[in-house]
Amino acid sequence: MTSEPARLRLKTWICTSIVVFSNPFGDFFLKRGLPDSVHLSKPLDYIAALFQPLVALGVLLLIIWQLSRMALLSWADLSYVLPVTSIGYVVVALIGKVLLHESITGRRWAGIVLIVAGVALVGGSAPSTVPRKAAPQ
Amino acid sequence: MKWLVLAVMVGSTTAGEVLQAAGMRRHGEIRDFRPGAIGRALAALARNRFVIGGVSSMAISFFALMKLLSMTDLSFAVPVSAVTYVMETVLAKYLLKERVSGLRWAGAALVICGVTLVSL
Repeated sequence: MTSEPARLRLKTWICTSIVVFSNPFGDFFLKRGLPDSVHLSKPLDYIAALFQPLVALGVLLLIIWQLSRMALLSWADLSYVLPVTSIGYVVVALIGKVLLHESITGRRWAGIVLIVAGVALVGGSAPSTVPRKAAPQ
Repeated sequence: MKWLVLAVMVGSTTAGEVLQAAGMRRHGEIRDFRPGAIGRALAALARNRFVIGGVSSMAISFFALMKLLSMTDLSFAVPVSAVTYVMETVLAKYLLKERVSGLRWAGAALVICGVTLVSL
């Protein structure tokens, strides 16, 4: 049987991975599905935009992002979740490089190194600093 | 107009995430990931006032993001979240009473600098 901290750490990393990948892909499809010509002025325009396939896919991914993030917050601190999930910015930059053949400038590489260093600092610590109960089953 | 939408997005994101964190802590650690249990957890969360407030704020933030994306590029809209990091970490310490250690502050500071650099 695995120890409690090891169990929590594994669970945290799995959930963090889902959070980290669903958000940038969600944003990406949202932007792809919303051409510049779309005008969002009336409330109905927003609803109509949701029925465009790529926007809908983006929204689905963002729902998965929200739910996995909420699950993560049920056992981890906000001040832990915020920095650790920001590794998503690195994922965005790498998606841009690999899939869209965008170049990564020296400044962006420097930013990526800082984010990875920050995530490594916080990620190694315990996810929670406040007493927590288990959710009712 | 761009900056007003931006301010709405930053304010609602910060409020939404802090409320969500408070609500999820009250709910307790989710341990059972079977579909039935997730359904029951969602039903319980739908009655959690903090979560309702958090999700409402996040919905406002989402539509503000959509509006912003129709006005500017993703590379302008996304980096702003660095601002929300600072506000949320401070609120996590004082409102949620999390123990934000030196290590966490240092990590958060590195991430904020990094996010700013990546998105400039």
